[in-house]
Amino acid sequence: MDLFNRQRSPLQAPEEKRVPVGLWVRCNSCHEVLFKKQMEQNLNCCPKCQYHFRINSKERLLMLLDGATWEEVDANIAPCDPLDFVALKPYKNQLKAGYSSTGMREAFLTARGKMGGIPIIIGAMEYSFIGGSMGSVVGEKVTRAVELAIHEKCPLVIVSATGGARMMEGALSLMQMAKISAALARLDDARLPYISILTDPTTGGVTASFAMLGDLNIAEPNSLIGFAGPRVIEQTIRKKLPEGFQRAEFLLEHGMLDAVVPRSQLRDYCIDALRWMT
Amino acid sequence: MAFEGLVFEEELVAIRKAIIAARTGGPEADSLVEELIRKHDILASQIFTNLSPWQVVQLARHSFRPYTLDYISMLFTGFSEIHGDRGFADDPAIVAGMAYFRGEPVAIIGHQKGRDVKQRLYRNFGQPKPEGYRKALRVMKFAEKFSRPLICLIDTPGAFPGIEAEERGQAEAIARNLREMSRLRVPIIVIVTGEGGSGGALAIGVGDRVLMLQFAIYSVISPEGCAAILWKDASMAETAADKLHLTSEKLLKLGIVDGVLPEPPGGAHADSRSMGATVGEAIAQNLKKLKSLKTAKLIEERYTKFRQMGVFTLALEG
Ligand SMILES: [Zn+2]
Repeated sequence: MDLFNRQRSPLQAPEEKRVPVGLWVRCNSCHEVLFKKQMEQNLNCCPKCQYHFRINSKERLLMLLDGATWEEVDANIAPCDPLDFVALKPYKNQLKAGYSSTGMREAFLTARGKMGGIPIIIGAMEYSFIGGSMGSVVGEKVTRAVELAIHEKCPLVIVSATGGARMMEGALSLMQMAKISAALARLDDARLPYISILTDPTTGGVTASFAMLGDLNIAEPNSLIGFAGPRVIEQTIRKKLPEGFQRAEFLLEHGMLDAVVPRSQLRDYCIDALRWMT
Repeated sequence: MAFEGLVFEEELVAIRKAIIAARTGGPEADSLVEELIRKHDILASQIFTNLSPWQVVQLARHSFRPYTLDYISMLFTGFSEIHGDRGFADDPAIVAGMAYFRGEPVAIIGHQKGRDVKQRLYRNFGQPKPEGYRKALRVMKFAEKFSRPLICLIDTPGAFPGIEAEERGQAEAIARNLREMSRLRVPIIVIVTGEGGSGGALAIGVGDRVLMLQFAIYSVISPEGCAAILWKDASMAETAADKLHLTSEKLLKLGIVDGVLPEPPGGAHADSRSMGATVGEAIAQNLKKLKSLKTAKLIEERYTKFRQMGVFTLALEG
């Protein structure tokens, strides 16, 4: 049993959009200089403009679950390098770097926990692990999470943060989309609730499989959500994309999301919805 | 006229042209035709046994390769096309409809590329929009309602990456198809005939049997896209094609496809009719096996087949 307190890894800042380490941070949106403690107390949102900083999978579970506690499951599923893939860097090295920077074997954290007293299976993607990309392990862990929810007859909540399918495992990554979606069909047949929470960013093969298959698909404000990435689209149409394109509010307006929910209300929203559904 | 084929097949194409010319010579030219065919097949087997993955990519995208509508006219009778998603539009990048396979009613769904400039634009280069996938889903449910087996032919560079496709929910359309195909209560045979471009291919690709033509490809991303992202250099596409394991031989080993359909000497486009015959035989054999299964078992086996995909290890501790 891996409880949060024993597993907690130090906060990482693998990229600009993560909360920078240090006493002070500058908001990416309003550029206000903020006292970090104050921002953390505000769920890593800017107290001035409510800009949502990216948070990691453990912080995500911490803010969503009762008592900020959970029991991690399937932590021992580890990646290999089935295609012996080498681009500018060997894939094996990227996996090692992901492990040492996050303390996680892969880009997905699965746990048993409670929300408003309701036992649930929850999963959160780890964006700082190779861009939250989905290879065989993420596919397997999500599938097992779905199957566990079916087995324990409880709701499923998945928080996405990802660049999509992982190229370095080729078509094996692609097939995870089919594998997970098939498991979700069974969850649907079992009439069990599934809330999909899309956060910044959620693109590619994850959006085109489990992230869009919730009974409720909800997103944090301003999250980038799409199938094709904005750069690919710009190259295809050779035009600049309109402001706000592929942001959560854009998707809401086009009927692709059930709600855009600020981080401060996310937990309450889920609890209310789960109470209604169960 | 400039040579329109691929560099490595130039000699073969010259022989094929000579064969066509010799055939007009009447019965006395028969021995010449035979000689040329023999020459063609020997040369073809020499060239085609050592193709690089990048050359296979070129073949999979060959503009003379048989497309879905070609297979429909070769293998099916009474094809009646079903248009539109009943919501927004008809997407010509996917064709679907009712037909008969050797007398038996079936439903067909396939990507359709265009051969000339006008057709290519009309078909959007075989890149479907959400309405294409929603039309496909509609025809899947239609097949299910009337207990007709479903044949899906995959040949797409990928789902269309454009503003309107995103606005109308490209991701949602693909995702829904994956989920619904996995529990569709009729046999599904999927054949990758050319390009299997990522989620845009898989969205009509969750079947009981997934077969692939010898020189077709199936990949998580195009070699060009992969090169641009992982090498930061699109000209590394040839290397990416090798690393992605996108050929039929590699995918069979990885358990992604159930079978590989051999192509005639020179590739599918060198002898479409013989390719059609091979595809037809494969459909007939697999249809017979799948129809003998009870529906519950059919769906259970489909689930298990995709459930097993992926490679990982179990760490000892924690
Ligand atoms: Zn701010």
